[in-house]
Order: sequence, then C-alpha cells, then structure tokens
Amino acid sequence: MTAPTPDPAGPPAAGTTRSWLRDHSELGVCVLLLALGVLVLTDALTMDVDLSQRGPVGPKTVPVVVGSGLLVIAALLAVDVLRGGRGQAEGGEDVDLSEPADWRTVLLLAGVFLGAAVLIEPAGFPVAGALLFWGAAYALGSRRTDRDPLIAAVLSLGTYAAFDKLLGVPLPGGPLMGVV
Amino acid sequence: MNALDSLLNGFGTALTPVNVLWAAVGVLLGTAIGVLPGIGPAMAVALLLPVTYGLDPVAAFIMFAGIYYGAMFGGSTTSILLNTPGESAAVVAAMEGHPMAKAGRGAQALAAAAIGHFTGGMVGTILLVALAPTVAHLAVDIGAPDYFAIMVLAFIAVTSVLGSSRIRGLASLLIGLTIGLVGLDQMTGQQRLTFGALQLADGVDVVIVAVGLFAIGEALWVAAHLRRRPADPIPVGRPWLGRGDVRRTWKPWLRGPFIGFPFGAIPAGGAEIPTFLSYVTEKRLSRHKDEWGKGAIEGVAGPESAASASAAGTLVSMLTLGLPTTAVAAVMLAAFQQYGIQPGPLLFDREPELVWGLIASLFVGMVLLLALNLPLAPVWAKLLRIPRPYLYAGIMFFAAIGAYAVGGEPIDLVILLVIGLIGFGMRRYGLPVLPAVIGVVLGPNAEQQMRRALQISDGAVTGLVNTPFAVTVYAVIALMLAAPGLRRLAGAVRGRRRESRREGGADA
Repeated sequence: MTAPTPDPAGPPAAGTTRSWLRDHSELGVCVLLLALGVLVLTDALTMDVDLSQRGPVGPKTVPVVVGSGLLVIAALLAVDVLRGGRGQAEGGEDVDLSEPADWRTVLLLAGVFLGAAVLIEPAGFPVAGALLFWGAAYALGSRRTDRDPLIAAVLSLGTYAAFDKLLGVPLPGGPLMGVV
Repeated sequence: MNALDSLLNGFGTALTPVNVLWAAVGVLLGTAIGVLPGIGPAMAVALLLPVTYGLDPVAAFIMFAGIYYGAMFGGSTTSILLNTPGESAAVVAAMEGHPMAKAGRGAQALAAAAIGHFTGGMVGTILLVALAPTVAHLAVDIGAPDYFAIMVLAFIAVTSVLGSSRIRGLASLLIGLTIGLVGLDQMTGQQRLTFGALQLADGVDVVIVAVGLFAIGEALWVAAHLRRRPADPIPVGRPWLGRGDVRRTWKPWLRGPFIGFPFGAIPAGGAEIPTFLSYVTEKRLSRHKDEWGKGAIEGVAGPESAASASAAGTLVSMLTLGLPTTAVAAVMLAAFQQYGIQPGPLLFDREPELVWGLIASLFVGMVLLLALNLPLAPVWAKLLRIPRPYLYAGIMFFAAIGAYAVGGEPIDLVILLVIGLIGFGMRRYGLPVLPAVIGVVLGPNAEQQMRRALQISDGAVTGLVNTPFAVTVYAVIALMLAAPGLRRLAGAVRGRRRESRREGGADA
C-alpha cells in the first residue's frame, strides 16, 4: 500500500512551480479561510433584518466581525507562510510523519463512513454499523476475512442492544431487528 | 460549614447504589478508553458522551466525572508502557516513567502514577469544595458585560497561551465561531449561514463538532500516516511500591496539587504547564539527581499528581463561571447544555443536587479508580496491543453512534464527516483544535451576552466596560496580549545590560 504520489514528470519549469506549490501548500488554508470569510460576509450582508431587528445590535454584527476576521487572518497567514512559517503537522502514538500521506486510506475511510450514513435508516444500525466497522478496518489494512466480519457483527449488535435497550438511546433497528 | 453540609448531601446523592454503579461504569469505561493509544481524555469524553444521553442529569454527570478521571489515569499508563504520549499533559509522565518501565520498574511507575492521581485528585477536589462556593458567591452579581469579558478572555487565552502560532490559533478560533453562527439567531430568529436548509436551522450541535474534530479528524489523520509497525508495549505486573519508593514519592505527591490546581483554574492550557513545572520542581528538590532521565520515580509521582489536581481546578472555573479552560471542560460544558443547564454562579443555587452530587462523586470515583486500577493494571496493559485497524475502525464506529444519537438524523453523520475532514486539515497544517471547539461552545453565548449588554446601554460601547470586574478582565487580556512583546523587550534589555556589563568589565 503505497501512497499515489503526484506525478513528478512534466516540463522542468512546471516542476519547480509544482514543488514550490507543494512547499507552500499551506497557502491552500489561506484560500479556504478567505473563501469562508467571503461566504460569511455575503450571508451577513444579504440578511434582511429590518423586520426582526431588536436592540441596537442585530443578528448581522457578529457575522460581519467574524467574516472580516477570517479575511484578515487569511492575509496574515499567507504573509507568515510566504515568510517561511510552517504549521507543524501533529504527531501522535500511531503517527509516522516520515512517510508521505496515504490518501487512498483516507478516501476509503471517508467513503465507508458516507456509506454507513446512507445505510443507517433503510438497513438499520446493526447492519450499517457492522459494515462501517468492517469497512474501516479493511481500509486501514486489516485483511482477516474470517475474523473481521465476526468482530464487526458482534460489536454492532452488542452496541445496538446496549444503547437501545439498556441505556435508553434509540437507534434504528432496521428490517433485521424487525424479524428477530 | 455550609459547603460541608452541601457536600454531605452530595454524598447522599452519590452513594446511592445506582449512582455508585454509574460512577464505577464511568471509571472503567474512561480508563479503558484512556489507555487505548491515540485516545486522549478529550476524545474519550466526546466519544462516551452518547452513553449518558438516556440517563437523568445527575447520573449522567456522575458517570461523566468517572470517565474524565479514568481517561486521565489511563493516559499515563500509555505513556509509561509505550513511551508515546497521546496528549501533551502525558509527555512528562513518559520522561521518567518509560525509562523506569524499561529498567523493569514499570510496576512501581504505574503505582506512583496511580497513587499520584489519587492524591492529586483528592487534594484538588478538597480545594474545589473549599473554593468553588466562594467563587460562585463572588460571581453571582456579575452581569452580561462581565460574562462577555470572561468569554473574550477565554478566546484570547486559548489562542495565545497555547500552541506555537497565534495566527493559527486565531484561524482555528474563527473557524469555530463560524460554525457556531450556523442556525437561527437566538434573539431574532434570523437564519444565518443555513442556505435555506431546514436541517441547519437548529445549528450544528456542539457534540457533533467535538466528536468530528477530536475523533473523526484524529482517525483520518492517523489513517494517512499509520505507523506500519506499532510500538511494542512493555509487559508489566501488578503495581506496587517498596518502602524506599514511598519515602521518595510522598512529598512529590503532596506538592503536585498545589502546582496543578491553580493552573487548571485559569485558561492556560490545562495540565501541560503544571506537569512540566512539577517535573522541574521535583528534579531540583531531588536527592537522587543522577537518576533523572533514567527513571526517577519522583518525576512520575509529582507531575501525575499535578495533572490530576489541575483537572479539579478546571472544574472550578467550569462550574462557577461556565468558563472551559481545557478541551475536556469544553466537551463537559456541551454536555451541560445538552441538558439545558447553564453552568455559572447560579448553578450552585439552582442545581445543588447536581453540583454537589457531581463533586461528591469525584471522591467516590477516585477511590474506585485506585481500587480498580491497581489490580487491573496488567489487564489495561493488554489493551495496548489492540490491532490498530480495529482501534481506529472502533473510533469511527462510536463516533457515528454519538453523532446519530444527538438527533436521530443521518444528515448529522455527513456533517460529522465534513467536520472530521476539517479536523484532518487542521492537524495537517498545525491549526490547534481546541480554539475551534471553544469557539463553537462559547461563541453563541458570547454573542448573546454582548448584545444583551449593549441593549442595556442602548448601544453605547461603554456598556461593555462599565463594571470593575469587566475592566479587570480586559486588563488581564491586555497583559496577555502584550506578554510576548514585553518578554522580548525584557530579553533585549537584559541582553543589552549584559553587554554593557561586559564592556564595563573590559574597561576596568
């Protein structure tokens, strides 16, 4: 399982641009903060508050402040990055930062999670939860086809029973629990 | 005297068999989750929040307190046996604890940590009992401008005391404030950032934000960089201490709380600074200086005791002012809001059963923690061997339950994933997660208080600074903002003085 690294081929000029961009990928954060700021400001300024305004400060003020703050911080962060400042990637117990990011696993995990979100109502929690656990374990590199589904099923059913019956937190049972 | 009576009533609540059971369940769950590598106390409480949804508030918070202390305790086991602390407060425990484990003294390190937690928690909670009612009493008259000032203090503190970059901390805070804006404006019913979607009208639940940033964000981040060969934990027997060890540890145990408690109560990053301070203090006072770095037991006992006491200190500002100083406190505040309870000076008057039941259950939880964890340590150590795919799959699984249980809406799972991806990006680019969570938890409340204050003053900005309390808080904020500059200035002055002295010396 190696990460699909971006294609290093290409004309040399483009190559240096690309490596500059990769070095300064944090500028993407600035772009996102900028976009978020514009979004918040647009939403605030298009608000129709004449009817609902009560008191001197209406619902517009804080969004305008937050939106402007986002624009300012996007600019400050861009300056910091261009001057060579770098946000330090977070370490951890199971984190190995010496290798490039494994995007395949991340996308697979996100996909599995979305699948569970779609399945939870029609198929019920026990099924969706089991698939979520198995799928996530698979995405993370576990290939024990004998053990993984079994653990997933037991965990999912057990949790469903504990939450729905013991702890009083309702979860959808789905058609399977309807039969049982 | 009054506090003592209330505390006794609290014990009446906490010692009913059902509540003792919930405390025990909380302690066990908290320790188990806290021991698991990669899960710190904040993620543990966020993940376990849904477990308490079906309970009445008193039982829920008793269990929650157990989870909190259990998770903190579990974290130190990971540091000692794996040398890979999951959160900054546990770093210090690894510095002396892991060398001890390697030298075959893991059992003593675990015992020093466990009893340190117990002592620190006990002293810290006694200080909480002594101080909290007084603080609440002093704070009972504070009004909207004061609340707003306190929240601004929390925002500034969390962005400038913690982390290495203020800009990144502020960016994180603003992201949190933006998420907090989503939904209907509480005062006018105006829709903000909902884009016409009904599901967003209620806003994004704080629990979903916390679980998304702490759990999903962490799972995705680890998935991208999963260590192919996980570190090997050192096997350990039942913790015990010899007489010589006790002679060396009892003073650090007792000193720790007085370093930890005050730092927990102020917004200065929770246990991170006091554990380090305690480490340095013990090192200076130790008679066995040659052992430091190779496994000095004082270096485990003191910091662990300080960490535990700082958790109690955190509760003082959380319960009396509604001010969360750590990530765990932020999640706890969210849990209170879930029940429609607003922590603050009035909490002690309005919900005495809940508050004193919670405080009494801290004592109960600590005794249970000590009684359960000393004999169970070898079992907990086995948890460190859990295959990593199962661990992170399990985190995603329980995160999904937590998000779904909030409102029973599948769309919440999608929102959870989106926030998880934001958390992933924040970890990649070094944006601290805590300011975002504080922004979501306190943002809407801060806006309310500010608007209320300005309503009273009829729009005059002086309405925000017309009380001595608010002015004091703003002065503290100004000091905090000026501190790095002042420090630089002081450094420059000192440097120049040294230079001039050197020059003077050369002249003479």
